[in-house]
Amino acid sequence: MSVLPDLPAMAPVVAAELVRWSWIGDHVDDISRRFNEHLFLTLVPVAAGFAIAFPLSLAAVRWPRLYGPLLSVTGVIFTIPSLALFVLMIPFTGLSRLTAIIPLTIYTLLILVRNTVEGLRGVPRDVREAAEAMGYRPARRLFRVELPLALPVIMAGLRIATVTTIGLVTITALIGRGGLGQLFIDGFTRRFSTPLVVGLVLSVAFAVTADLLLLGVQRALTPWARENR
Amino acid sequence: MIVFESVNKTFPDGTTAVASLDLEVGEGEVAVLVGPSGCGKTTTLRMINRMIEPTGGRLTVNGRDVMSVDPPELRRGIGYVIQQIGLFPHRTIAENIATVPALVGWDKRRTRERVDELMTTIGLDAGVADRYPHQLSGGQRQRVGVARALAVDPPIMLMDEPFGAVDPIVRARLQDEFLRLQSEVNKTIAFVTHDIDEAIKMGDRIAIFSQGGHLEQYDTPANILAEPANEFVESFLGGERGLKRLALIPVAEIEADPGPVVAPDDSAEHAARVAAEHGTDWVVVVGPDRRVRGWTFVDGVGDARGTVGDAELRPFALQVAAGDSLRAALNAMMASRTGVAVRVDGDRRYEGILTQELLSRTIR
Repeated sequence: MSVLPDLPAMAPVVAAELVRWSWIGDHVDDISRRFNEHLFLTLVPVAAGFAIAFPLSLAAVRWPRLYGPLLSVTGVIFTIPSLALFVLMIPFTGLSRLTAIIPLTIYTLLILVRNTVEGLRGVPRDVREAAEAMGYRPARRLFRVELPLALPVIMAGLRIATVTTIGLVTITALIGRGGLGQLFIDGFTRRFSTPLVVGLVLSVAFAVTADLLLLGVQRALTPWARENR
Repeated sequence: MIVFESVNKTFPDGTTAVASLDLEVGEGEVAVLVGPSGCGKTTTLRMINRMIEPTGGRLTVNGRDVMSVDPPELRRGIGYVIQQIGLFPHRTIAENIATVPALVGWDKRRTRERVDELMTTIGLDAGVADRYPHQLSGGQRQRVGVARALAVDPPIMLMDEPFGAVDPIVRARLQDEFLRLQSEVNKTIAFVTHDIDEAIKMGDRIAIFSQGGHLEQYDTPANILAEPANEFVESFLGGERGLKRLALIPVAEIEADPGPVVAPDDSAEHAARVAAEHGTDWVVVVGPDRRVRGWTFVDGVGDARGTVGDAELRPFALQVAAGDSLRAALNAMMASRTGVAVRVDGDRRYEGILTQELLSRTIR
């Protein structure tokens, strides 16, 4: 992330001893607290984002004229530098968790809306038509036919949103949150590389694990797609 | 029974897809809707289950006005098969076939039994029940599509170019299977195709549409081929109309000529006389068991003292029976130097000969 301050500090930091293992041993509690906060600041925005994106997406599929404006709005928000958005929130929500959660949630919307809409639109016309002709009512058709078929694309969106959020959470360290991001700040200000490395390794590991976990869920939910294509 | 009474369909942009259509598909009848693309045949089909709503007139299915029935309810009672099949890729073959039973709330056991029964009916191995559609061949998928449409045994079936997406060999087989199945289940079927040959093969009656949803003629294939209502129908039927008609008329329809028949122990002299009476230079040799031994030129019988049995007999490679078409008879004629087709009964006993003159008299 390019918003980290004081970049020249990197050189002396890296030059010193990279990881002091005893520091990790002494700070397990601190690290796990940071990690838990990171987990929380990831899960809540992604879940909230999905809860908002889902009905918006259904509306955009039902009334296609909504889709363009919806993409524009979420797209414009997506281009606002994250740090700016966090700072903009402070007058309203202070330095509470909400100050982190609200922008993080908003950032997931573009990805989640786009993938959910595209997933639903990608359901083959003949399949949708066959479902209608068999006598499905619209709601049942949505849940039993269209959503299952859109699931791979929706899950792909969820994976991107999750991984993106895990990265963005570290930036909230600058407004006093940040989960593992706090370890970066700690490392930089003290020119001490160990917390930096620990934070980096853990947040990358977290992102990879979350991605694989979601992929596993997707595979389990779509056995029919396994040998497909 | 499906009845259209002055049914119209005008789309919001003002185009008329179907204009004041009167059409009746009787119980257990296959009505094929055929015409060039854009003639409104698919629109007509889709109005029957309200996938498209008529804008005027009255359309009843088994006595109920379709507009008075809740569309999903209506559709569950009407089987629907489309060219693209539209199987659910996320459901197994058994689950696909069980779609409508699930919608109408059949219990598991009844559904399972019905699925097994249908898989047998359409000739699908029980082993594919738990496969997904993409693991099947095009022909197998099309069969599953038909089974799914038949699941709750609906009295009405709609089929939109159901065999259009498979190769010609598979298509011919599916058509034959369909006709066999229909002879057992006797559904009332509306069947859309753009292929006049398929229409002639599959239809009890054919409705020929022209652009703008005008019904040009609605009659049996034989009657349409015999008397096209107008130039449009005639041109749509294309060339070889005579051949197409021959394919529809069974050999039993025309009386066979007794033919120049002799027995193996008849004399050469007798054979020559029989041939002369029939205006031929050959005779058919039929044994005492009434089986056809073959034919021979009367010149080849030898001197006047010999018998027919001494001559070298040539076989009739192709023979036709009452149930064969006149087209098969014509083919047999082409295959024989004599230029005639031999008609035999079920036990291959001689019944007479068919000549080209008899054929052309029949279809004239």
